[in-house]
Amino acid sequence: MRATLTPSASGSSSAMNMIAALLEQRAGQQIAANRAWRIETALKPLLRVRGLKTLDELVAQLSASRTGELGDQVVDALLNQETSFFRDAMVLDTVSEAIRAIQAANPERRVRIWSAGCSTGQEPLSLAMLLTEKGMMQDALAPEIVATDISPAALNRARAGRYSQFEIQRGLPVRRMVTWFESIGGDWVAKPELVRRVQFRQHNLTSDCAPAGRFDLILCRNVMLYFSPTVRRQVFDILSSAVRPGGLLVLGAGETVIDLTEHFNPSEQFRGFYAAADGATPTLTTAR
Amino acid sequence: MKTCLVVDDSKVIRKVARHILETLNFEVREAGDGREALDACLDTPPDVILLDWNMPVMSGMDFLRALKDSDIAQRPKVVFCTTENGMAYIRAAIEAGADEYVMKPFDRETLESKLQIVGVA
Ligand SMILES: C[S@@+](CC[C@H](N)C(=O)[O-])C[C@H]1O[C@@H](n2cnc3c(N)ncnc32)[C@H](O)[C@@H]1O
Repeated sequence: MRATLTPSASGSSSAMNMIAALLEQRAGQQIAANRAWRIETALKPLLRVRGLKTLDELVAQLSASRTGELGDQVVDALLNQETSFFRDAMVLDTVSEAIRAIQAANPERRVRIWSAGCSTGQEPLSLAMLLTEKGMMQDALAPEIVATDISPAALNRARAGRYSQFEIQRGLPVRRMVTWFESIGGDWVAKPELVRRVQFRQHNLTSDCAPAGRFDLILCRNVMLYFSPTVRRQVFDILSSAVRPGGLLVLGAGETVIDLTEHFNPSEQFRGFYAAADGATPTLTTAR
Repeated sequence: MKTCLVVDDSKVIRKVARHILETLNFEVREAGDGREALDACLDTPPDVILLDWNMPVMSGMDFLRALKDSDIAQRPKVVFCTTENGMAYIRAAIEAGADEYVMKPFDRETLESKLQIVGVA
């Protein structure tokens, strides 16, 4: 299964393998042998903070610690959390169209959206900005946006809504920046009325059951690509248990359901999106 | 090929910007101050202008005003660059007619993202 990782300057091969196993166990991700160098680079800051010299010392501490908190930090450091505001902006436009259609078909209830693997919050906050600008967030029936990630550190940052100059420049048009953010001490902080639109929660896609209630639309972009095919299948099962009949799934560019699940098929109505397969009563056309 | 006019009094910054823009497939022209930039625009308007805000001869703000008053048929998009990130400052630039802004120093991805936002990349 997993390739044995070769030793490096700061870690024996058994230390590297233990760390890789931890990542796989906790987050469902495998580190390819040719990317083992990432372990070292990614964990360097943590080693420094803890005053440790080698990965072997880190592994020793991991084995000795009881709380699992250090394990969280190790996993956190190894996850790729790259994201940006309005990533694949056209996809988000289609999301807003889809939400409008679902709202129109279900005027009596709130539409529910799940951003799974939301990282530091740019994806759900972009969506909240977009839907507000389009006048779709006004009343008591405003869509509910639930955003989850495995990483407590990423979620803390998302809840604070605080971004560096570098992060804010990625993808966020300047007019939106001045509308929705405040400049504080060199950073940009999202206004409370924006952050309030999103409920951030910790959730592990590979071990937790889906958040309560069904969702009309799930965004799970640039998350699956880090999982093995077996893990992807399991995650699609979780997602299908969380989607309403006829609801939609949006993956990242280059990610697909093909050969991995029978629960989702390409949507006919929204290009590039997937529709839940078992929808005898499609949400989009039948008010339920 | 889209054209970009890089306006900056620093030769080094122009060179860095040119390099990045060329990898993004832009044809690059340069101007050392607002006045030169205005001449260049009246001559052949570029698709987009990367505009430094603090220039000795004609500031970015003065350039934008002059551009507004000129009778250029197709107004180029303007991305202004600064080292300041104060809100008042950015708002003033937007009100003066800038379409986007980018902080110096910028990297390729950031500049590309801004050029996409204004619709030229
Ligand atoms: C590359 S980011 C993508 C962020 C955003 N969806 C986007 O497209 O820009 C992947 C995110 O998935 C999260 N992630 C990785 N494994 C996870 C798991 N097992 N459960 C939940 N989230 C996970 C990571 O913490 C990271 O924030």
